[in-house]
Amino acid sequence: MRFMLLFSRQGKLRLQKWYTAAAERDRKKMVRELMQVVLARKPKMCSFLEWRDLKIVYKRYASLYFCCAVEEQDNELVTLEVIHRFVELLDKYFGSVCELDIIFNFEKAYFILDEFLMGGEIQDTSKKSVLKAIEQADLLQEVAMIQSVVLSLGQ
Amino acid sequence: PSNAAPPPRPGRRRPQRPQRRPSRRSIKMPAVSKGDGMRGLAVFISDIRNCKSKEAEIKRINKELANIRSKFKGDKALDGYSKKKYVCKLLFIFLLGHDIDFGHMEAVNLLSSNKYTEKQIGYLFISVLVNSNSELIRLINNAIKNDLASRNPTFMCLALHCIANVGSREMAEAFAGEIPRILVAGDTMDSVKQSAALCLLRLYKTSPDLVLMGEWTSRVVHLLNDQHMGVVTAAISLITCLSQKNPDEFKTCVSLAVSRLSRIVSSASTDLQDYTYYFVPAPWLSCKLLRLLQCYPPPEDGAVKGRLVECLETILNKAQEPPKSKKVQHSNAKNAILFEAISLIIHYDSEPNLLVRACNQLGQFLQHRETNLRYLALESMCTLASSEFSHEAVKTHIETVINALKTERDVSVRQRAADLLYAMCDRSNAKQIVAEMLSYLETADYSIREEMVLKVAILAEKYAVDYSWYVDTILNLIRIAGDYVSEEVWYRVIQIVINRDDVQGYAAKTVFEALQAPACHENMVKVGGYILGEFGNLIAGDPRSSPLVQFNLLHSKFHLCSVPTRALLLSAYIKFINLFPETKATIQEVLRCDSQIRNSDVELQQRAVEYLKLSSIASTDVLATVLEEMPPFPERESSILAKLKKKKGPGAVSVSDLDEGKRDGGGELNGAGERGPESSVVSTPSPSADLLGLRSAPPVGSAAQGAGSLLVDVFSEAGPLAPASGVNDDGFLRFVCKNNGVLFENQLLQIGIKSEYRQNLGRMYLFYGNKTSVQFVNFTSTVSCPGDLQSHILCTPPVDPLVEGGAQLQQVLNIECLSDFSDAPLLNIRFRYGGALQNLTLKLPLTINKFFQPTEMGSQDFFQRWKQLSLPQQEAQKIFKANHSMDKEVLKAKLLGLGMALLENVDPNPENFVCAGVVQTKAQQVGCLLRLEPNIQAQMYRLTLRSSKDTVSKRLCDLLAEQF
Repeated sequence: MRFMLLFSRQGKLRLQKWYTAAAERDRKKMVRELMQVVLARKPKMCSFLEWRDLKIVYKRYASLYFCCAVEEQDNELVTLEVIHRFVELLDKYFGSVCELDIIFNFEKAYFILDEFLMGGEIQDTSKKSVLKAIEQADLLQEVAMIQSVVLSLGQ
Repeated sequence: PSNAAPPPRPGRRRPQRPQRRPSRRSIKMPAVSKGDGMRGLAVFISDIRNCKSKEAEIKRINKELANIRSKFKGDKALDGYSKKKYVCKLLFIFLLGHDIDFGHMEAVNLLSSNKYTEKQIGYLFISVLVNSNSELIRLINNAIKNDLASRNPTFMCLALHCIANVGSREMAEAFAGEIPRILVAGDTMDSVKQSAALCLLRLYKTSPDLVLMGEWTSRVVHLLNDQHMGVVTAAISLITCLSQKNPDEFKTCVSLAVSRLSRIVSSASTDLQDYTYYFVPAPWLSCKLLRLLQCYPPPEDGAVKGRLVECLETILNKAQEPPKSKKVQHSNAKNAILFEAISLIIHYDSEPNLLVRACNQLGQFLQHRETNLRYLALESMCTLASSEFSHEAVKTHIETVINALKTERDVSVRQRAADLLYAMCDRSNAKQIVAEMLSYLETADYSIREEMVLKVAILAEKYAVDYSWYVDTILNLIRIAGDYVSEEVWYRVIQIVINRDDVQGYAAKTVFEALQAPACHENMVKVGGYILGEFGNLIAGDPRSSPLVQFNLLHSKFHLCSVPTRALLLSAYIKFINLFPETKATIQEVLRCDSQIRNSDVELQQRAVEYLKLSSIASTDVLATVLEEMPPFPERESSILAKLKKKKGPGAVSVSDLDEGKRDGGGELNGAGERGPESSVVSTPSPSADLLGLRSAPPVGSAAQGAGSLLVDVFSEAGPLAPASGVNDDGFLRFVCKNNGVLFENQLLQIGIKSEYRQNLGRMYLFYGNKTSVQFVNFTSTVSCPGDLQSHILCTPPVDPLVEGGAQLQQVLNIECLSDFSDAPLLNIRFRYGGALQNLTLKLPLTINKFFQPTEMGSQDFFQRWKQLSLPQQEAQKIFKANHSMDKEVLKAKLLGLGMALLENVDPNPENFVCAGVVQTKAQQVGCLLRLEPNIQAQMYRLTLRSSKDTVSKRLCDLLAEQF
């Protein structure tokens, strides 16, 4: 996978993950162009399209578009389910995720994505494994928080 | 912020909000945010969202940036939490699309925090915003090194993620040695192994030279057997990539992959627990296994192959079973595996039964209610259409595909349907397909019209049984989609009409009729002007299309046309004056009027002035010579095809072309010349054919050594030769009379030759051009001399094993001719392109005539020597039909290229040619005389060679008989 974008129906970019190097300016241009193409498509159209030299696989969930750019030989249907599994992970973590969760907890969304995909390849497809990793991190975070509370009390 | 809240998802039950995370709820209402998160961050995000305008947002951001800057610069040391919060705010600002030029150092500081969340935010910032500042990279690498050594799996994973996210060369240099060790160490946690595998993959993709698998190879391959499915899933991505680049080293993965696949395919839908996705066992892993197998030819081991075929059959069978769930995720996962299996079946292209089953399955999908499946079925069938086993099966779906072209609502699906029609087209259905494509063009989307036009033009040309159909089709094309008909298309129709006299009358008549339309496209005027200017006389007998009627018709369009078209029409007019003297006065009148002769456009003015003058001063004879019918165009690759290739990239059209060549040989509209470039594409060994060739390769080396007369010494790597049947000698004969040019060309590689000879020595420069954008690896080229070839060849040391995309590699051969020879040395080239081994054997165009020294002599001398060489074995003679132009100048040029002296005024018959020369070998000098007697009436030649050595006469005679 070359990159994944999450954007809203209004064309606001909510999350971007790039798996190949590109200049910031080119990235912005690609995002703009691609959002335009995808947003112009009608609901019953197919989820795949050819764009530049890439295959785009996208799916809309409520107000958010999840959009992946994959290589010519990559499997479209399996990419569609990569998106779905990511949505499931977000959903499980945030508890019925909505766009606002991703806006206000963007860093968590990135952490979840990182646990799931690495360098554009699937790291683990098991929902349990991925969430376990995230929860472990959260646990560490809470421990750290308690420590800092204790510290500030001590002062 | 609630105005931006999304509508509830239709049809999706909202699960109960888990109670264990009360703090998440508060994040959604940032005003009362507290607890785990960074309150300041939530407030800031909320502020940004409340900004009513872009200006307000920028103002708020600038305020925040100033605040953060002052905090970072302040005297008071920031605690980790504040640092984390500010770095996170910077990240947010960056992700909004604003530039960030500070904060990197603070982020790097966070990396060495022992608090997980601080470290995590630090790594996130670095991953998103890394900066090539080398000082910083050193610090980052240092932090990563510490985390990798920490033995804390969470920290190790964070560090690995960072490396994978940044993937820079500096990081590869620092960690490419360490990561394989982590990956295969016995005590590494599974989660770390997964990260290490993918991290290594990323480094391999960016800096393959730094990732040396060597000793780790076998242990990495064995990760396919790992107990933990997650580890296998991650590792297989790495293994696939490595296999593509080094298939031989990783080939043991084939049997492991087959057995893993077999276990998954035969497992019940619940066996794999968490790795079962909507009742489909391990869909991602299955797809990846099937993809890995596509890096290799079918397994050679019968048992492995049997097991794999079983798997593929099971997958095809499962497609027929009723679904276990109505959810689209279930069918997507199941079909993802199915499509990947079909890709593998197509890749093998060796199991007719599976290919036909795959085709039938796709046929069902063509009418599926899911648009996605219809799209994929059309796409996949396109590749099936190019397999000889399934081409016929694909063709049975023609009506469905035509229907899709007409009725699909999504243009990308219609595009796929058009592609498939193009791919399944052959002589049997060309008329139907071209007709359907033409009628679709009338309403086709603008975005795909140009490509459709090219495809129609190509199919029409390729499968034209009669030229009138071809002309009709192209004129229709111009009529329907004139704006999208590129120059190449209308040039082509003119070339073909000019080269085929049986279609000229029809073309003139048709174009005349087409021009009757009140509004016709300018391209039609161009074709009309050109064709009537050349062949208007063929329809001039009919009073309805008398010369003057033709002229008036053309001229009625004149004023609406652009300058280039008007220029073309002026040329047509002057041709009319030659064809039809009765139109002279009218046309001169037109040329003479101010709008022509004083036209502000220089080109038009010049043509008008010159044509007017030409028509008034030149005699009929001169006019007839100057304005003679155009000579035939040289046959070459269809420029339209070249254009479509350029448009779609090499793979896009060649699949069907290649296949066409296989299916029905010859009979193309443009005859042999046209097939030239294509047939060389056809003869390109496909990767699988290569591997087969390798297996059956006879040990030529040893056989050659057995031949006692071999004086060959090849100082380059001696590799086994491909079987002689695989030798490509297309280019060979073209070099008998010339020394420089392109010896071979396919989609990947071009081989050019430059050579020079003096006496019995020669030097040949070979240029290997990589036409792709991908590097060739393990590139070797070796020269070998089979049989009793007695020329001594020294090669320069092996060529560089890497040929970068677009680059050219040079090899020099120093050649010494020891004694005369007949067979040519062979040039064997091998390399890997992508995963596939390319193996190519060419006849090196080294022929005995290259060592000719020309000898000048007079008539008396010549015939004296001719008589001296009168023993029957000294003479070789052939009588043969002319295959090429018999033009005197052409023949002269060829004979000069041969290397002998062309003797003028020697033969009493001035039509004949005689030559003399001496072949210089180290062992001896062989004097040769040649006589070539053309018979223009019969289109025949008689060629006689006499030399002091029978083998030389014979060989030269054989070589030359192919040249004229």
